[in-house]
Amino acid sequence: MLQDNAAFVTLDGVSHVYGGAGGTLAVEDLSINVNRGEFAAVVGPSGCGKSTLMKLATGLQFPFKGAVRVAGEVVSKPVKIAGMAFQAPTLLPWRTTLENLLLPLEIVEPHRSRLRRHKAEYVERAETLLASVGLRDQGSKYPWELSGGMQQRTSLCRALIHEPDLLMLDEPFGALDAFTREELWCVIRDLHAARRITIVLVTHDLREAVFLADRIFVMSARPGRVLAERVVDIPRPRDLEVTFSPEFGAIVHELREHIVKARQ
Amino acid sequence: MKTSLAVRLAPWVATIALFVVWEVCCRVFNIPPFFLPPPTLIAKAFVDYWWPLTKHSAFTLSTTLIGFALAVGFGLLLGLAVGWSRAIYAGVYPLMIGFNAIPKVAVVPILALWFGIGFTPAVLTAFLISFFPIVVNVATGLATIEPELEDVLKALGASKLDIMRKVGIPRALPYFFGSLKVAITLAFVGSVISESIASNEGIGNLMLQAQAQFQVPLIFAGLLALAVEGIVMYALMAVLEARMTGWAQRSGFAQC
Repeated sequence: MLQDNAAFVTLDGVSHVYGGAGGTLAVEDLSINVNRGEFAAVVGPSGCGKSTLMKLATGLQFPFKGAVRVAGEVVSKPVKIAGMAFQAPTLLPWRTTLENLLLPLEIVEPHRSRLRRHKAEYVERAETLLASVGLRDQGSKYPWELSGGMQQRTSLCRALIHEPDLLMLDEPFGALDAFTREELWCVIRDLHAARRITIVLVTHDLREAVFLADRIFVMSARPGRVLAERVVDIPRPRDLEVTFSPEFGAIVHELREHIVKARQ
Repeated sequence: MKTSLAVRLAPWVATIALFVVWEVCCRVFNIPPFFLPPPTLIAKAFVDYWWPLTKHSAFTLSTTLIGFALAVGFGLLLGLAVGWSRAIYAGVYPLMIGFNAIPKVAVVPILALWFGIGFTPAVLTAFLISFFPIVVNVATGLATIEPELEDVLKALGASKLDIMRKVGIPRALPYFFGSLKVAITLAFVGSVISESIASNEGIGNLMLQAQAQFQVPLIFAGLLALAVEGIVMYALMAVLEARMTGWAQRSGFAQC
């Protein structure tokens, strides 16, 4: 059921404090709207509460002021329809790549109770997913037998295996070299195009944000608020070549000025 | 990976070299056998006293292993509990550290008072001295779960028990099996201490009696018997560790 242009993730005047009353304010009066099927990016200086945003949107934490809505409902418990990936791949070294992929299915319903009896079906699903990110026939390897880029692809697959409606990415390519990073940009671009899921990407790489996102939010230094919102109107599908176009450069430049202001 | 011949021979060569140097020193410097007996005399003591040595070794081995088994069970449970909840951790940890700081020699007389001499205090001393490293290691393994991974699973609605089963316990296993190697050697220390103070049996007691009768080679034979038992049990634990958690020992550093 796809409804484009309907708000899917909404943060409405959200403030969040760590360490109870009197603690540091992580975000203040933060308002963000992400439509269903949209690719949103959040950029900002480090320590601007981007990770707090991740936790609020997935129901790992709850704001002390304002409201967070995902898929039309106020978030009051873990959302379960979200997949997450981080800068570190956090794969389990005692499980093969394929077994790592099956981990979310051992947790989330309805797969949890079906997994044992329908193992073959799920294994096939995992293998198809691995193939779609260029990891065909790598399922039996252990994570430490894979390169950093391959581990990160696996981590992306793990975030997608239960077919979430929302994908939250927290600097997922931050630890990779430039070439691998651009390769993975294309992987995530293709996944988004094929599945039309809603993606929120937290990053401090402006080129990454402009290349991938439909809409970019620039956050201020702590406590984080939205300073600017920029719609990226470069037509899809986008090729890596687009990153060298003047129009691409202009958007990056514009964002960079916002960030410079935010850091002051 | 194939280990080179030199690496496989090294432990035997080193051990034999130690005994050869020992023997030569005793002869060259004319050290009196009642001060430091040469290995040949100790070997003779092994032959002469093979039955009492075997009997007492078996006793020490049994008290050590029973105490160790108790420590594994109790240490695992307590470690899981401490790793499970901050409150249990905060409550139990200071007590445990205090308890661990008490020299176990001081506890043996109390145990003897409660349970009589012999078997029971030896088992309990072995248990008391060896459970601490198991608890600490299991708790450490649980405490080092990556917070991001916890987030991934929690966002899917995983319960604490799910996270414990899928991530915490497998992750704590290398720490647990590593701690067994420390715990088994400590267990020998515990049982022998208890036997030397409050027992009519065991290697500890045998050595005490040999000392009273000035049978110095027999004292050393007792020491060697203990060392051999310790090495064999340690090796068993190391094999168990490699079997159970091979995935955690992939660094070339550990193999060379």
